[in-house]
Amino acid sequence: MKVLGNRAKADWSAPLPAERAGASVRLSGLRRSFGPTKALNGLSLDIAPGELVALLGPSGCGKTTALRVLAGFETLDAGHVLVDGQDLAGTPAQKRDMGMVFQSYSLFPNMDAVDNVAFGLRMRGHAARARRDKAGELLDLVGLAVEAKKFPHQMSGGQQQRVALARALAIEPRVLLLDEPLSALDAKVRLQLRQQIRSLQQRLQTTTVFVTHDQEEALSIADRVCVMRDGRIEQVDAPADLYARPATPFVAEFVGTMNRIPGVTESGGVRVLGRLLAMRGEGTTNPGVPVDVLVRPEALSLSDAPGSDGRGIVTNKTFLGAVTRVQVLVEDGLGVQVDQPSEEVATLALGAPVGVFIAAPDVLTAERRAPAAFHEAPSN
Amino acid sequence: MVALVAEPLDELEVPAEEEGTGKHRRIRWWRGIVLFAVGAYFIIPFYAALRFSLEGSNGKFTLSAFTSIPSQPGFGAAFALSVRLAVITTVITMVLMVPTAVYVHLRVPRLRRLFDGITVLPIVIPPVVLIVGVLQVAPTVLKGTPDLLALVYVVLAMPFVYRSLDAGLRAIDLKTLVEASRSLGGRWSSTLLRVVLPNLRAALLSATILTVALVLGEFTMASLDQYQTFPVWIVNFEQDDAHVSTAVSLLALVGTWLLLLLITSFDRRQSRRWLRKESR
Ligand SMILES: Nc1ncnc2c1ncn2[C@@H]1O[C@H](COP(=O)(O)OP(=O)(O)OP(=O)(O)O)[C@@H](O)[C@H]1O
Ligand SMILES: [Mg+2]
Repeated sequence: MKVLGNRAKADWSAPLPAERAGASVRLSGLRRSFGPTKALNGLSLDIAPGELVALLGPSGCGKTTALRVLAGFETLDAGHVLVDGQDLAGTPAQKRDMGMVFQSYSLFPNMDAVDNVAFGLRMRGHAARARRDKAGELLDLVGLAVEAKKFPHQMSGGQQQRVALARALAIEPRVLLLDEPLSALDAKVRLQLRQQIRSLQQRLQTTTVFVTHDQEEALSIADRVCVMRDGRIEQVDAPADLYARPATPFVAEFVGTMNRIPGVTESGGVRVLGRLLAMRGEGTTNPGVPVDVLVRPEALSLSDAPGSDGRGIVTNKTFLGAVTRVQVLVEDGLGVQVDQPSEEVATLALGAPVGVFIAAPDVLTAERRAPAAFHEAPSN
Repeated sequence: MVALVAEPLDELEVPAEEEGTGKHRRIRWWRGIVLFAVGAYFIIPFYAALRFSLEGSNGKFTLSAFTSIPSQPGFGAAFALSVRLAVITTVITMVLMVPTAVYVHLRVPRLRRLFDGITVLPIVIPPVVLIVGVLQVAPTVLKGTPDLLALVYVVLAMPFVYRSLDAGLRAIDLKTLVEASRSLGGRWSSTLLRVVLPNLRAALLSATILTVALVLGEFTMASLDQYQTFPVWIVNFEQDDAHVSTAVSLLALVGTWLLLLLITSFDRRQSRRWLRKESR
């Protein structure tokens, strides 16, 4: 990492000054059990130099374990961790050059911000003066030059995590590991800081693994999102692709909002809301099987001249800016959510009869599940 | 001791004063009684001893019991031996217990309860048994030398030291701090030295105080082994001159108090330095 000069104030959007490329990471067939729990169950993932990959998944799916294996804090039952093609099996954590930011506040309480940031350099035997200069620059980089002399207990949570980020970056890590670094912060700081992390990461081109269970955070920050489930990967894709073309029902429902609408398979696809649509992804191809069709709110449309299928009444409207999310009660007590351009539904009254149809060419199906009407991904 | 008793009362004070109700007044009232009782318990014997030591053989006031202390036969050697034992014991105990406590917390937290139990054993096991046990494992070079006592004291100090360290370790997020240090390239030794120990300062301090106090005041083991440590000397010398013996005891008490004050004020000054940095 080239250092960015002594600017008075951090400018997160400045152009990229460094041409340093990050390291490549290859995880192959990682397995790790804790007693009966398979925390990692054959996880494989390639990360390109300079890429930011988000590990996303429900609680307990093995995200932290994967990160700790990469950092060298956890041993493997099987599998390999390679950084720039080099197997790290025998390399202890302190020799791995991985900057880590922890979920809990991890600054050394006995040191002020500068000493915290300079710690890694000190461990590498840099001279006191060089350490201080570099630490000062990094604090500047995260916009905390003024707080340099403060101790952790004198800083806010957001400030502490920024110092922790500066501390991790100070050693010019080959890989930056972030384990839910924002989860202890309030919503506004969280939003701000994640944008700062992203622009900093892009500027420094540090290969980064960002663990989160917040799908919105993952989608907004990552080059690629890796959805995990039960110790293995469900899907790895760019955020837009993951959202638009989830490979499995699990991913579909975990990422974004998803409607489940009952349908029945036929030889040419699946019949749902009176139409025959092509099916994609895995799932049954036998005709006559009851399934749930998974459709995003924006892939549904409303018509004010309801035909015989997909008739319902408007039960709720939520204004979300450019679009409005309309909740429609279709027959049989099935509720669906439909996103429509706000101006088109401005005059739509609650209780008005509407028709719901699917505007997508093909759909993902999942096994039929008992009456649950629609599902929203956890958004905390 | 006094400081330990006063502390819980200080804690009571905070919520009580915020409330400002009748409950508050009652607590204050009780506090007065307790303080008075505790004070009397400490001050009356102290006062009696002081008067006794200031009485000459003819019943008149004299300082001779105090001024003659350094020239008393055996005093210098006994005092030196006790200080020496205190230093050796503290060093051995810390070197043994700090890494052990850190290791248990970090690697086998499941065994914390077991360790709690094991470290209490020296309190419940009779002294004679302990001595025999130590004699069994002590290296032969030490047998017959007073330094052997240090090994016994290490065992005796273990419950107090382990408990102090345990409390200190529970108060910090040890695992995260250690992992943070290691991910930054800190070897185990530098992690222990620069990250763990500085954040255990208070625990180390109280462990040291307890160890030193224990060694300087321990009588049973030393007299069983027939070594002339400071407390043993005081008791033996009582037969020669009870006035001087009492004067020495008093000085030892005051000395310990001063030591405690010094250490606590040192600790305070450190925290104040942090605060001053904050205002800058
Ligand atoms: N040291 C351990 N001992 C025993 N079980 C463990 C240990 N570490 C993790 N596990 C188990 O392994 C599984 C995966 O844990 P992990 O911490 O990786 O989950 P996670 O995806 O990070 O979850 P979260 O989002 O809640 O942080 C969990 O079932 C957990 O209980
Ligand atoms: Mg986790």
